[in-house]
Amino acid sequence: MGMEGIGARVARKEDKRFVTGLGRYVDDMVVPGMKHAAFVRSPHAHADVKKIDVKAAMAMPGVIGVLTGKELKADGIGNLICGWMIHSKDGTPMKMGAWSPLAVDRVRYVGDAVAVVVAETRAQARDAAEAVEVTYKERKAVTDAVAALKSGAPQLHPEADNNLIYDWEIGEAKATDAAIAKAAHVTKMHIVNNRLVPNAMEPRAALGHYDKAEDHYTCWTTSQNPHVARLVMSAFYNVAPENKLRVIAPDVGGGFGSKIYIYPEEIVCLWASKKTGVPVKWVADRTESFLTDAHGRDHVTEVQLAFDKDNNMTALKVDTIANLGAYMSLFSSSVPTYLYATLLSGQYRIPAIHANVRTVYTNTAPVDAYRGAGRPEATYLLERVVETAARELGVAPAELRRKNFIREFPYQTPVIMCYDAGDYEASLSAAMKAADYDGFSKRRDKAKKAGKLRGIGMSCYIEACGIAPSAAVGSLGAGVGLWESAEVRVNGVGTIEVLTGSHSHGQGHETTFAQLVSDRFGVPMDSVSIVHGDTDKVQMGMGTYGSRSGAVGMSAIVKALDKVEAKAKKIAAHLLEADEGDITIENGELKVAGTDKAVPWFQMALAAYTAHNLPAGMEPGLKEGAFYDPSNFTFPAGCYICEVEVDPETGTTEIVQFVAADDFGNIINPMIVEGQVHGGIAQGVGQALLEGCHYDPSSGQLLTASYMDYTMPRAGDLPSFKVSTSNTPCPSNPLGIKGCGEAGAIGSPPAVMNAITDAIGNNDLTMPASPQKVWAAVKAATKH
Amino acid sequence: MYSTTYHRPATVADAVKLLKKADDGKLLAGGQTLIPAMKTRLAAPSDVVDLRHIKELKGIKVSGKNVTIGAGTTHAEVASNEKLMKVCHSMCELASHIGDPHVRHMGTIGGSVANNDPAADYPAAMVALGATIHTNKREIAAEKFFTGLFETALKDDEVVTAVSFTAPAKCGYEKFRNPASRYAMTGVFVAKGKDGVRVAVTGAGDDGVFRSKEIEAALSKKFDASALDGVQVSSRNLMSDIHASAEYRANLVVVMARRATTAANG
Repeated sequence: MGMEGIGARVARKEDKRFVTGLGRYVDDMVVPGMKHAAFVRSPHAHADVKKIDVKAAMAMPGVIGVLTGKELKADGIGNLICGWMIHSKDGTPMKMGAWSPLAVDRVRYVGDAVAVVVAETRAQARDAAEAVEVTYKERKAVTDAVAALKSGAPQLHPEADNNLIYDWEIGEAKATDAAIAKAAHVTKMHIVNNRLVPNAMEPRAALGHYDKAEDHYTCWTTSQNPHVARLVMSAFYNVAPENKLRVIAPDVGGGFGSKIYIYPEEIVCLWASKKTGVPVKWVADRTESFLTDAHGRDHVTEVQLAFDKDNNMTALKVDTIANLGAYMSLFSSSVPTYLYATLLSGQYRIPAIHANVRTVYTNTAPVDAYRGAGRPEATYLLERVVETAARELGVAPAELRRKNFIREFPYQTPVIMCYDAGDYEASLSAAMKAADYDGFSKRRDKAKKAGKLRGIGMSCYIEACGIAPSAAVGSLGAGVGLWESAEVRVNGVGTIEVLTGSHSHGQGHETTFAQLVSDRFGVPMDSVSIVHGDTDKVQMGMGTYGSRSGAVGMSAIVKALDKVEAKAKKIAAHLLEADEGDITIENGELKVAGTDKAVPWFQMALAAYTAHNLPAGMEPGLKEGAFYDPSNFTFPAGCYICEVEVDPETGTTEIVQFVAADDFGNIINPMIVEGQVHGGIAQGVGQALLEGCHYDPSSGQLLTASYMDYTMPRAGDLPSFKVSTSNTPCPSNPLGIKGCGEAGAIGSPPAVMNAITDAIGNNDLTMPASPQKVWAAVKAATKH
Repeated sequence: MYSTTYHRPATVADAVKLLKKADDGKLLAGGQTLIPAMKTRLAAPSDVVDLRHIKELKGIKVSGKNVTIGAGTTHAEVASNEKLMKVCHSMCELASHIGDPHVRHMGTIGGSVANNDPAADYPAAMVALGATIHTNKREIAAEKFFTGLFETALKDDEVVTAVSFTAPAKCGYEKFRNPASRYAMTGVFVAKGKDGVRVAVTGAGDDGVFRSKEIEAALSKKFDASALDGVQVSSRNLMSDIHASAEYRANLVVVMARRATTAANG
């Protein structure tokens, strides 16, 4: 490893512009003649739209146009779609209700867009949006998924009887029931996974520009996957064919999943630009983000975990109801199915697993993937029930886990996944050692003397990253392939541009991807630029989510680098009059092994472009592309241990120690990996202790629509994390890497909740474990 | 934000004139509540009259135990005033925990008192200290000044100019923050002075700041945290919301009172 190569703690190249305020986000983009959009949004959770009167709004100062859903439909703009087909167990396809970018005759959640105003200034657009008179006839609303399934509940979509989208299953029901029937012990729990609002630092934004001269559209948007946005907007929303639509996702200030999806606003901005003849920009304010960004989680589950008399796990039965909100967002259907139930085996040998999942429409914002997407729900469920089982069985939580760990690989689970490599014992041991697990009882006694309740909890998670191979996900209903593309362009002076179809919105690709190239050719990182986020520059790509950009995106780069290396060696061999098999690349030189004959990297590049002296028949230039389709998911895993102190008088929980021991396979930049783990844990702690999205159940109003009521984790809520990694290289990709972007958010919530429930001696506690809830649980525990 | 007309008067008299002339004028005294409300379009004053540049509203005077704080004094100035710290340390402590540094350098005591947010800190201190609220027209006892949620005894053209109080022998303040907003979800100010023990609670009452007779009675017998062991306050007339039920707030009133008393006894 060199100073800047694989494994080096290189400071992030992109941070200089981010921390000095020089990043360029969608709201920084200015196009000549650009005007501003404001959306008219439903104040009701559920209502019929009887009439929209735009006259008063049209007369307001600065107003250029007021457009409604009827005009949008008349122009043939399509409904939003969910791109992953799930079939119910009776064979029927999922029930996709119509989602018009601007509602035509019915609104289904508070914030549903009904019209758009384009005006000279943002303030004028907002003033005029308030002047649009919409006549609503209110309907009864339902926000809770369990309530929405009950007979007599308000019905959202005519396509979906009883609001049921699909009733899906995986695994063997009979075998699972039989194992439970003859079990020595069965632990049963009711598990709620709380709804979260993603809260990326940068709100969503879109700038649509229709160029009449070229009959061409450009869309700047806060997207994690601009190519997917272009594909979907062309193929399904009839905005424009792909060759007439350029999508640019410049610097994007965090996504966490919420910026994967194509939302109504970017479609409307593009369409409105053509309609009004001006470029149209929209930027969400924070409350608009709370109302309309796709939310995360929101599962309610009944679970049973069965054991034989020797405490071996014999079966897991899961019955989940998942809230998908008012409409099916782009990948919403996959989250509570293939991203969730396929991970229910965790790190354990469980011979029989059955999961039933029902997804439901409610009068709330659409729910889709949010950091971890399905895997946090699976991990929370399993690790809470395993910890609870240990308590019921009177076995140490670590011992029960150890006893049931999968130890031989590959391991085929009963729920599709085939784990390729792992060492769960290594992570567990490392975490327990780092946490001084053995010294806990002393610390608990000491805390007790100070009037505090101290508890410890662990979580052994596994996740599946990369989300591939394409053919496999296609057979499971995915509407897209999940490969990645790369192009490596070596310029005439030897500098290198790497074009990637993945997208960086905080992950540090400009650094890690450059490290990879620097490592391969021994060239300085400064001479390597990473290009992404523009469909005119990068031909095609699938974007960044599911911790896939390392495992899949970098693997594509490796394939392209292989091709570049082969051609570079041919050129060097020709220049050095040597055999190409004898050429090695080191420290920016192509050398003849075992001699002092060498040609500098830049001279080889120049030779490729002057083409004065190339091997016979060789094309000039040095530019290679590759597509990489993985052969399996990757399976990061690890063990997290959380230690808390609860103040029984107020119910306040303080995390006094948090240990993370992860196995991410090979690591390109340990500092960036640690940053990802820190951020992930902060989000997981947020879910466990602080964040809860509340809708008023009768009115359907979002009660947590600003930071006055929605609790984001702050630095003071978090301890200094103790993180470490072990390494079982991923066998299925060339770099042996697994992905680290979501692990922290997946592994931490159950560790926190196991610790709190251990501290207070009451297992009846839901996330977020707010002071009020913990206080009530302490009180209930002391009453018994 | 809707468009509005901004004024920057140099005297209280000018401020009142501007306010009277305006269709729907609002006084701006730091703006840590008003400006966010305007930004989210929940408030739309035609005119904003900024009091922050009026010299006569500024400054802290301490004479013996008597304290007068000009309405235009920022929380940061209250927090760091050395003379005040000597006679009434808890006031400085309270001010140092309002909001964040931005808020403390913009927000003023007059603005906070006049706004009477039910979760603000100063109203508890004013009531427990038996403070007097000075306006351009009269002097009002704190207990009569705070009349309800965001309601005060102020008339339309009345401006808070200062608050004054006599520093008690002992006082202390403890609050439990709302996890999200960090406003007081329950804050208790205890004071033991010439007139006995006064205890005021903010953040918990459904009609704003109030005196807790149960706590006062217990602490009057013995001004010590132990006097509150087993004391319960009723959850009637306490707020209930997604963050804290009335019962939880009732518990917090006692816990915060105990901690405030310990702090007061230093």
